[in-house]
Amino acid sequence: MLDNFVTPDLYPAAPELFLVTMAMVLIFVDLAFGEARRWIVGALTVATLVGAAVITVLTADGQSTLTFSNLFADDPLADFLKLLTYLSVIMVIIYGRGYLAERGLDKGEYYLLVLFATLGMMVMISAASFVTLYLGLELLSLSLYALVAIDRDSVRSTEAAMKYFVLGSMASGLLLYGMSMLYGATGTLEINGVAQAVMQMQAPKAIMVFGLVFTVAGIAFKLGLAPFHMWIPDVYHGAPTPITLLIGSAPKFAAFAMTIRLLVYGLLGLAIEWQKMMLIMAVISIGLGNLAAVAQTNLKRMLAYSAISHMGFMVLGLASGILSLPANPYVAVSAYSASLYYMVAYVLMSLGAFGVILLLSRNGHEAENLEDFKGLNQRSPVFAAVMLMLMFSMAGIPFFIGFFAKFSVLLTLIFAGHTVIAIAAVMFSLVGAFYYLRVVKLMYFDAPLDTAPLRCNLDLRIVLIANGIAVAWLGMFPDSVMVYCHEVMLSLIG
Amino acid sequence: MSSSSTSQLLSLAIWLPILGAMPVLWLGSQRRIVMRWMALAVAIAGFLVTLPLFIGFDNREVAMQFVEHAPWISRFNIFYHLGVDGISMPFILLNSFITVLVVLAGWDVIEQKQAQYMGAFLIMSGLMNGIFSALDGVLFYVFFEASLIPMYLIIGVWGGPNRVYAALKFFLYTLLGSLLMLVALIWLFLESGGSFNILDWHQLPLGMPAQSLIFIAFLLSFAVKVPMWPVHTWLPDAHVEAPTGGSVVLAAIALKLGAYGFLRFSLPIVPDASHAMAPFMITLSLIAVIYIGFVALAQSDMKKLVAYSSISHMGFVTLGFFMFNTLGIEGALMQMISHGFVSGAMFLCIGVMYDRVHSRQIADYGGVVNTMPKFAAFFLLFSMANAGLPATSGFVGEFMVILGAVKYNFWIGFAAATTLIMGAAYTLWMYKRVAFGEIGNHHVAEMQDINSREFLILGILAVAVLAMGVYPFPFTEVMHTTVENLLNHVAQSKL
Repeated sequence: MLDNFVTPDLYPAAPELFLVTMAMVLIFVDLAFGEARRWIVGALTVATLVGAAVITVLTADGQSTLTFSNLFADDPLADFLKLLTYLSVIMVIIYGRGYLAERGLDKGEYYLLVLFATLGMMVMISAASFVTLYLGLELLSLSLYALVAIDRDSVRSTEAAMKYFVLGSMASGLLLYGMSMLYGATGTLEINGVAQAVMQMQAPKAIMVFGLVFTVAGIAFKLGLAPFHMWIPDVYHGAPTPITLLIGSAPKFAAFAMTIRLLVYGLLGLAIEWQKMMLIMAVISIGLGNLAAVAQTNLKRMLAYSAISHMGFMVLGLASGILSLPANPYVAVSAYSASLYYMVAYVLMSLGAFGVILLLSRNGHEAENLEDFKGLNQRSPVFAAVMLMLMFSMAGIPFFIGFFAKFSVLLTLIFAGHTVIAIAAVMFSLVGAFYYLRVVKLMYFDAPLDTAPLRCNLDLRIVLIANGIAVAWLGMFPDSVMVYCHEVMLSLIG
Repeated sequence: MSSSSTSQLLSLAIWLPILGAMPVLWLGSQRRIVMRWMALAVAIAGFLVTLPLFIGFDNREVAMQFVEHAPWISRFNIFYHLGVDGISMPFILLNSFITVLVVLAGWDVIEQKQAQYMGAFLIMSGLMNGIFSALDGVLFYVFFEASLIPMYLIIGVWGGPNRVYAALKFFLYTLLGSLLMLVALIWLFLESGGSFNILDWHQLPLGMPAQSLIFIAFLLSFAVKVPMWPVHTWLPDAHVEAPTGGSVVLAAIALKLGAYGFLRFSLPIVPDASHAMAPFMITLSLIAVIYIGFVALAQSDMKKLVAYSSISHMGFVTLGFFMFNTLGIEGALMQMISHGFVSGAMFLCIGVMYDRVHSRQIADYGGVVNTMPKFAAFFLLFSMANAGLPATSGFVGEFMVILGAVKYNFWIGFAAATTLIMGAAYTLWMYKRVAFGEIGNHHVAEMQDINSREFLILGILAVAVLAMGVYPFPFTEVMHTTVENLLNHVAQSKL
């Protein structure tokens, strides 16, 4: 038995190994320092993520490497998405720190669970096999279920965690069932192998499509696409805001990676089939998300519905990559890079928007209702301007990043010949503009209910302003990120 | 000088006010005095940098001038491509000029958040210069759309009681049109083999079904902005609720964006569809001219009256465009410039009265000439110009369009000419009720005549209105070559 054992090449997985080691160390650090010096744990968590980022950059070689018996892939897409994940998680920790400390929730477990969730995302991002993908997904999901319930005494949070857990497990089940079908049809768990089997038409198509339906359903749940979106508003609303922020940001990159690995990489041969499903779900998501968001009075719920519509928009890009088989790499790369760019833009905006909610949620007050934003311009013109930019960016108004995200997706959509869907999508954005404008209206046109000056840590202020500037800066000079997304996708598909 | 690639004048005209707004915002309302002078300095500097555009402009040059061309978004072949011709150049000057007046007009009238007020207008000014000089489809769209943001805030923050509704209506109406334009722009990009250059699109051959669809997409966008009947309903709301400065910028510049769009996009890109749709467009324009003229007559709110008169005047502009003759288009352009001065001046006059009495109802005034003689003289001049009296700027454009219309079809010209009666009727009747007669009430009796700041603003505009009315040659000369070239281009079928 041991004769066959080959020591795997650990080098491509260096960031993961570093992160898991540090997570172990942190368990003891947390025990060694008590309540009083909790900040050390927080600082070490951020340092761990920075360290992982450094390792990722240093080990990035622009090549696609497989290791652990073809279970684990390290390629430019993985590196790029991991770096984005670290960045978002760091921002989540900084934004959420004050809020959690005020409510006594900044326990060591919080930081550990965040690190394990990050590890799960990294494994998902690098998955080259169904097994690794599922492992990463479960590590991420379990950490998130626990995090949602971290405020043990809050009924709303516990309920949200329960819902998330039940629905999430069901979605994982669907995904597993789909994967098992694909395994049965192709005889392999490796995504590469599946791709080859599909391309060579070895596998029975009926079973493949059957498995595909379940896989797509699982993916749609994780992305939060209608009609698998039910959990999003409740979980976003019920979870403590820093946890909502976490759920609404970094895991989107992991879900994106999962979509790319499974559908684009593994099941490209079935693209015509899954594109149809994605297209339908995308249109429903954009419509439902935007219409439902109008009716919300709670900002977290509003952003939850807006997340559904944004994911729909993102998927429009994924669904227009293949016009006919064999695939035209130029078209495919354009479409998928547009989606990737949309994802980057969305996470950046989502982080900022929840960041502003956290900024206002001080002194035990939850600033999650729309009224809490009344007159923000009088209380703090700078942060009102940041929120203004975020809202207009989400509405897709230039010069903000959201515009070019929508623009590039629309471009590939129209190229794929779906002009009517493009028109429908922009009309629903018009509905979307209404509720984003309402937030601006509250901040600028109305008198404040609460005139107390904003009190918060300096790091939160700095990062939030930087976030706002990034949204504007990348809206004026979107080229660098766009080109980078394109190169990353090119290296994967080209 | 023309088309020298080193010229940065257009970039300056765009970015100087926008970047200049940053220190204004930073100074904030606490350091109000410094901030105001800073804003004025930026506005004046913004106007001064546009003067070389006029002086250095080559009237006989067909190509774009002061061109700037730099890569912007290489991924989609989008360029930072600026340039002006005889159609767009006058509007950049007009816009920068009006901005100075708007800053002056808000000098001590705006009490809350004055820094943001000034900043919003400066940013708005830069963005609108961007719209007039962009030669790249996406760059145009980006400026076009971004200019909604400051206007939304201007109406919503400093507006009247119903400002929230008006601001939202303004934003969503305009967004509705421009989103469809975005789809059309992307479609043109793909059809032209990957170019967002508007000038390339002018040469792009297109079939009739495609032309019709593109025409409709552009029409929705520009018609809302102009605004043409029946999508004009946002304008009276926006005007009534906006602060004086907002109304001035809306009427003087923002409405011209839609009309400009027709000349830059619809006519040259889809000439055959434009010809085919001309009867429809002329009908809509005539309805705007005549029907909206009657609507204006029935108004009891001065701002609403001027707003409807703006729609009626803009109907004249679109009428001039779709007759495809030199007189019509040049007349329409003259009308646009003149309307910029006159409607701006009318709103400023109403603002002057509103600052004193806090009412815009005609019925609340009467006998203003007794307490404010200097003001009444200015107001009379601008009212006459609004009615199209010869020797004021209002006459030139209207007369040219009517001549063009008669050339095209006598009855269209005849119908259009009724505006001279209608315009005189509603404007002068309003003037009579506001200014003449006995002093209406004690508010009017307490009115102070205009101060030197207001005198300066109105005086400058009066000079502009009279100069343009008496000697319009410099304006027509600038646009003549471009208009001829445009007409030659539009006359060639793309089918």
